Amino acid sequence: MTRKMVIPGDLVATNPRAAGYGTYIEGGRVYAKILGLLDKTDTNVRVIPLKGRYIPSVGDIVLGIVREVMGNGWVLDIHSPYPAFLPLSEYPENRHRHSKVNEILDIGDAVIAKVQNIDPKMKVTLTMKERVCKPVRVGRVVAINPARVPRVIGKKGSMIKLLKSELGIQIIVGQNGLIWLNGDRKKVSIAEEAIYIIEAEAHTEGLTDRMTAFIKSKKGEIKNERRETPANS
Amino acid sequence: MSEERPQLIVDGKRLDGRDFDELRPIKIEAGVLRRADGSCYLEMGRNKIIAAVYGPREVHPRHLQDPSRAVIRYRYNMAPFSVEERKRPGPDRRSIEISKVSREAFEPIIMKELFPRSGIDVFVEVLQADAGTRTACLNAASVALVDAGVAMKGIITAVAVAKVDGQLVLDPMKEEDNFGEADVPFAFLIRNSRIESIALLQMDGRMTVDEVKKGLQMAKRGAMQIYEMQRDAIMRKYHTEEVE
Repeated sequence: MTRKMVIPGDLVATNPRAAGYGTYIEGGRVYAKILGLLDKTDTNVRVIPLKGRYIPSVGDIVLGIVREVMGNGWVLDIHSPYPAFLPLSEYPENRHRHSKVNEILDIGDAVIAKVQNIDPKMKVTLTMKERVCKPVRVGRVVAINPARVPRVIGKKGSMIKLLKSELGIQIIVGQNGLIWLNGDRKKVSIAEEAIYIIEAEAHTEGLTDRMTAFIKSKKGEIKNERRETPANS
Repeated sequence: MSEERPQLIVDGKRLDGRDFDELRPIKIEAGVLRRADGSCYLEMGRNKIIAAVYGPREVHPRHLQDPSRAVIRYRYNMAPFSVEERKRPGPDRRSIEISKVSREAFEPIIMKELFPRSGIDVFVEVLQADAGTRTACLNAASVALVDAGVAMKGIITAVAVAKVDGQLVLDPMKEEDNFGEADVPFAFLIRNSRIESIALLQMDGRMTVDEVKKGLQMAKRGAMQIYEMQRDAIMRKYHTEEVE
């Protein structure tokens, strides 16, 4: 099924009750407000965005990079219009072990955290008291367009499962478009390349099948290299 | 202007052979800059414009932030080499005014309330000028904003109407602008392929009420043609991505 592309102002429905994400109602008619793909059913009309910044929402797992160290916590860049605050009290490790805040996390360090609260002024507070949350000390972080995150995860996690099982590496996808990869260097490189392909082709069909083929061929290349190296040495 | 004033209409045709209600050739390309959230390159006759949109993003300096909505900043700038006689670089009276009126054209159309405390920056750079740069810039900025995924009620399409040798003409070029009697740039809000409202209207020179009314009809027809091209440019960007 190919979805129709819409630009802001396109009429998408005449029933205001069907209006979903990416639409607005004026004069009893529903219009698209962003560039995206139209997803229309009898009861719901929404526009799947193709572009746009990450807007935090409570409960999202995000990857943040420390920008500022304060006395009581850290200010993190979460690739959004709004900086996020991680209070010292929301850091899981025993803080008596360290004497200074910047010895736990310093400027430039990355962490995986959860959005705990957003106040009406869009002040974002994070927490790390979750099982998946941890400071990122090893591995690689790649940044993609946050609108493409659902495609990287896939339907019920199918795409991410494919990458994890085929390559045997750790992957954590932040809702803000930052992705953490860890494992064998060559395999991480394949995954990184794969993620960029998914990002570029997010709005096309049959992506999972193509990615399976891509990873298989790349893995084949690694095997060939390994076979060649002992012969040369 | 020491040049001799040329005859602008010869045998019912304009200097470049166009009809009175004919646009200059237009080329629009969306998403040309890698680092910008949205961008657009536009040629309208001999005008060459590049537009970039950043945001919504954090606003600096802080005191400009608005706690209830996004702030929009629009910068229109002409490159020193964009005109025949080198222009002194930097903002001048004219470009500050154009930036202001253009920003005000976009403000009611962008859904600012969705991004409190943030800012949306629009930069449009005139690389080569040939009359009607503000309308060309509005068209480019509009495509760049859509490309950036900014929420809007519709899109802005702009076109100018001029009066030369007593005749109304659409989309004037340099000679017609310099030696004509009047120049009226229009910008429209287009929603669902229909002109909903006028977002900008200026007038330089004199026209009668009837001429303005007639010019408006002319501009509307021209704007619809440009709208189709803007739409096509955005669609094309995602279509080519699909092919690759």
